[in-house]
Amino acid sequence: MSIVAPVKVIPEAREITTKPRLSDQVFRIIVTIGGMASLVILGLIALFLSIKGGHILLEEKFGFITGSAWEVITDESGTISQSKFGIGAMLIGTTLSAVIAILVGVPISVLSALYLTFYANGRVKTFLISVIDLMAAFPSLLFGFWGFFVFMSSAEYWAKLINKYFGFIPIFDVPTPIFERSPFIAGLVLAIMIIPIVTSISREIFDQTPLDRVQAAYALGATKLAMINAVVIPYGRGGIVGGAMLGLGRAMGETVAVYTVLNVVYQVNWQVLFGAGGNVASLILLKFGEAGPYEVDALMAAGLILFLLTLMVNAIADVLINRFGGKGK
Amino acid sequence: MNKVIPTPMKPWQPSALDKLEDLLLIVAAFGVAGASVKFTGLNGKLGFFFSLFFALLILNFGFHYLKRGTAAAKDSLLQVLTVMAIVITCIPIVSIVGTVVSKGYKGLHWGILTKDMALASVNDPIANGGLLHALVGTILMVGGALIISFPIGVLTALYLTEIRGPLARPIKFLVQAMSGVPSIVAGLFILSSLIYPVTKELSGLMGSLALTILMIPTIARTSEEMLHLIPNELREAGVALGGTQWRTVAGVVLPAAKSGLVTAIILGIARIIGETAPLLLVSGGGDALNVNPTQGAMGSLPYYIWKSFLTGGTPEAFARAWGGMLVLLSFIFILFGLARYLSGRKVG
Repeated sequence: MSIVAPVKVIPEAREITTKPRLSDQVFRIIVTIGGMASLVILGLIALFLSIKGGHILLEEKFGFITGSAWEVITDESGTISQSKFGIGAMLIGTTLSAVIAILVGVPISVLSALYLTFYANGRVKTFLISVIDLMAAFPSLLFGFWGFFVFMSSAEYWAKLINKYFGFIPIFDVPTPIFERSPFIAGLVLAIMIIPIVTSISREIFDQTPLDRVQAAYALGATKLAMINAVVIPYGRGGIVGGAMLGLGRAMGETVAVYTVLNVVYQVNWQVLFGAGGNVASLILLKFGEAGPYEVDALMAAGLILFLLTLMVNAIADVLINRFGGKGK
Repeated sequence: MNKVIPTPMKPWQPSALDKLEDLLLIVAAFGVAGASVKFTGLNGKLGFFFSLFFALLILNFGFHYLKRGTAAAKDSLLQVLTVMAIVITCIPIVSIVGTVVSKGYKGLHWGILTKDMALASVNDPIANGGLLHALVGTILMVGGALIISFPIGVLTALYLTEIRGPLARPIKFLVQAMSGVPSIVAGLFILSSLIYPVTKELSGLMGSLALTILMIPTIARTSEEMLHLIPNELREAGVALGGTQWRTVAGVVLPAAKSGLVTAIILGIARIIGETAPLLLVSGGGDALNVNPTQGAMGSLPYYIWKSFLTGGTPEAFARAWGGMLVLLSFIFILFGLARYLSGRKVG
């Protein structure tokens, strides 16, 4: 038995380089292309909506945004003799219901987030957080029909009370006593829809409050209120406003819930308690069914405006959350 | 010499007396609210709630003011307000789930999963027809959307976490912006880009594509969060063993994030399963079973609910709609429970 001495194999010195391998280069290219998808899709949305709806915007010019008429008049042969498109009335409706949603929803959300972060603990906290996250996943269809069948009767009663005691303020006045399906009720339903979203964003921001500052405040003898006032609110202000803007974006783009709850009528209506109004998204859904090809183009233009509007609101929200959220003074 | 063993004390915790006092305050507030409803002009649930609210505020303020002064009194006000806020947040969810369950069970029957609505109208007795077509349509469309949006979403997340290219910040913003795209705009986009110029026909595939736009941001954001949770040591270990970045990601990072990615899929499905507006525009919404996504109108659960509510008007139609809603809501509950279970497990 003899042991064969192993042949010493000296591998050739590997070339040392910082250049990625071919597989890595391919990988990086593929991932980068995938990463660009959101950019491409958003760009395509703007592009195609402009191609279809752009000529309406060019014809109506600025009147498309400020005007408040939506008429298509056809002659006997079915060709369009006259048309007028303006989404001013619906933009007002969109703003009204979204602002009501923000005014009602955001204070409740911020207080709920404060409760979840600084008061609740243990099982109750975990349970409530998962309930609120679950609520954020409810489809808008559900909120819409619940709002119509269950919530409407209570909300109508509240609207009557407000009208009775605050009717002298112009926006709470009504021309005829129809309180059902008003922008006020739609706004409340939207508020319920955005509460879970704004709550979870505010909660995340409050969670990031530096613990040392919180404890410093307590050590100086602050009550919870004083601590929240002095530490949490200044620290999270930007984040809260950003979360509210995200909620605003969602409330402005909501279609189905508004369509079911609100009595969509094409008119300018500032009186929030009166049962008529609409928003851009519900207008699109309402008019789409019977729209001819030319009117569809106008709806595309309305969609484009809505898209740009929500994009803008989201951009502001993003800046606020990332620049000012989570940074104290 | 006997040792004195001090018992641990927690002087900061509320004593039994404190708890009793708090409870008494709440009971007193309920009493005041009940009395004010009974003896004054306030009436109804709203009146009760309002007087309860103010009674709680005033009683708490007064009690703590007498006990510990102004600062404590103000502090107790904030506590009452936050508790009220969380109660107000929870009322709708309880009401919604209660309504769906109590109204929905009437719309359920044994044939619901085996029949479609081809030979039945929404006003027929409940036992006629079912939601097979809607269920199949929803599964096909959501499945189609998932097949397209999962790779795109994960690639976006990988770009943000692994490559961290110069465009990471803008991409992050765009994903955020994309999640804010109104669902009806997604429908209009598919109409203007594909249906009018190319296919000229409403179909399930178009529905899938519209849903994809809404699904990508959810998947991308959840996967990004999940990939961030993977400890950096794993990546370093992969590279130290001589793996290229591609091998590290495919062999170490993604398998470690497997349950996180499943969570992302589930949350993405939960996001789009109830989406109605785009499907009303692009999927056609048939009443008969259709298993071919590329041709012909395709039904879906939201469309079924929508149609039963809007075109019916009889108790049967409403029962049908709430029954559909119950099925949809149970799907969301199951998906959400799964996501909780998976994300609750340890990563890796």
